[in-house]
Amino acid sequence: MIVKGILMGMKKTILYDIHESGGAKISPFAGYLMPIQYHGIIAEHLATRNRATVFDTCHMGEFHICGGSALADLENLLSCQVGTMEIGQCRYGFLCNHQGGAVDDQVTYRLGENDFLMVVNAATQETDFKWIKYHLSKATHIEDVSDKTAKIDLQGPQSAKIMQKVMEDRIDDMKFYHFKHNRYKGRQVLVSRTGYTGEIGFEIYCDNEIGIPLWNDCIENGAEPAGLGARDTLRLEMGLPLYGNEISADRNVAESGLLRYIATRKKFIGSPVVLDESKRKYSLVAMFLDDRRTARAHDTLLDAEGEVTGLVTSGSFSPSLGKAIAMGYISKSSSRPGTVVTIRAERYELKGTICKVPLYKGATWRKNLKEFL
Amino acid sequence: MIPDDCKYMETHEWIKIEETLAAVGITDYAQEALGDITFVELPRPGTVVKKGQACSVVESVKAASDIFAPISGEVAEINNSLEDAPEKINEDPHGDGWIFKLKDFDEHELSGLMNAGAYKAFLESQE
Repeated sequence: MIVKGILMGMKKTILYDIHESGGAKISPFAGYLMPIQYHGIIAEHLATRNRATVFDTCHMGEFHICGGSALADLENLLSCQVGTMEIGQCRYGFLCNHQGGAVDDQVTYRLGENDFLMVVNAATQETDFKWIKYHLSKATHIEDVSDKTAKIDLQGPQSAKIMQKVMEDRIDDMKFYHFKHNRYKGRQVLVSRTGYTGEIGFEIYCDNEIGIPLWNDCIENGAEPAGLGARDTLRLEMGLPLYGNEISADRNVAESGLLRYIATRKKFIGSPVVLDESKRKYSLVAMFLDDRRTARAHDTLLDAEGEVTGLVTSGSFSPSLGKAIAMGYISKSSSRPGTVVTIRAERYELKGTICKVPLYKGATWRKNLKEFL
Repeated sequence: MIPDDCKYMETHEWIKIEETLAAVGITDYAQEALGDITFVELPRPGTVVKKGQACSVVESVKAASDIFAPISGEVAEINNSLEDAPEKINEDPHGDGWIFKLKDFDEHELSGLMNAGAYKAFLESQE
């Protein structure tokens, strides 16, 4: 086997030294040297499903967008409805280009009437910022606060108890996809009941200075450190899309099937394409494979007649389910759950069955927080 | 963990002569680098392989890696238990995690492989 070396010239998050001294396996990801795993992807995956883990997501980008026309500007930029969000709510949506593809996928936090925090992917942060800035009216101000903001994800059924021990204010009334300001070591932090794992959990945004003590405190209170490898297998079991794989600039976002994040009663950049149902040729689907061998991104999907009908966008072994799973785009006519597809890799073929998402059915993320305190 | 009774390749396979058979697996360094192994494609018994030929595949959660034959020979035995328990390679790469055994191999080719000391030095030079 061939082991690839680490590339040089990468950025590091404020938690890098902790990862290195903690024995994490470090790899380049989106321009950063990130921990891919601590003790093993499968162990960290199962720790998230059964207990609680912390993930360093400081590499992600955060933009503060405010001013008198911020709401109107975001309605134009985002596929999701923004005006219907309460203050204290967050919402997933696409930043579309004019072709209906995605500049990025993001989560917007409504801090005030015309005051928002937008959380974006690390790899697209710079292009996102330019794109958004270009489309803002003069009365709207945008600041990239990524470099001064640390972000830590605490996820898993035990995360609520840990969170309550670590934070100074109560968290028991926090609803799914809502956030609250809380205090840690006397400093204000923003905590949302969100995440990318399917489990009950939190994303914490704080000043860089308290990122390290917060990380250590979560671990001292029972959370296990986890890397981006487990984050990826966890999101795949939930059928959650990853920018660059399922979501991209040249793929109509409506083909993702995530229609509840696409408003039909407003105009936004890309909406003439996105809202035109005749432009949707493919559907994003999830698949169970017959065995342990995994499909990989770019493998082709064939229908029963052997005709190419789509392609794989993500594939992995599923630690919770004990077999391989995948996501991919397939012709709308072949996308019905239960359909058997052939997956053609470079040197072999695999069989898969299209299934409804989430593939993992035991997720806790939407449950009442009080059950976990 | 680099046993003295094995020979090594730069691609991190080990080979150990057991009388008329030669067992092949991946090194502790390799399993550590790959992470959790989730699937092994075993060669078919009877397959004649040439030194350096890709003859097996080990998949981990994140990657797939070819396993190369350290020397030429015929596949005599395969470790079928890896089909259901590929994690044996992580747990015991030089023991229960062996992948296949060759017979009728070319013993002269062993001299082109690294001994334990040379492999250790090779790993250090890679850091």
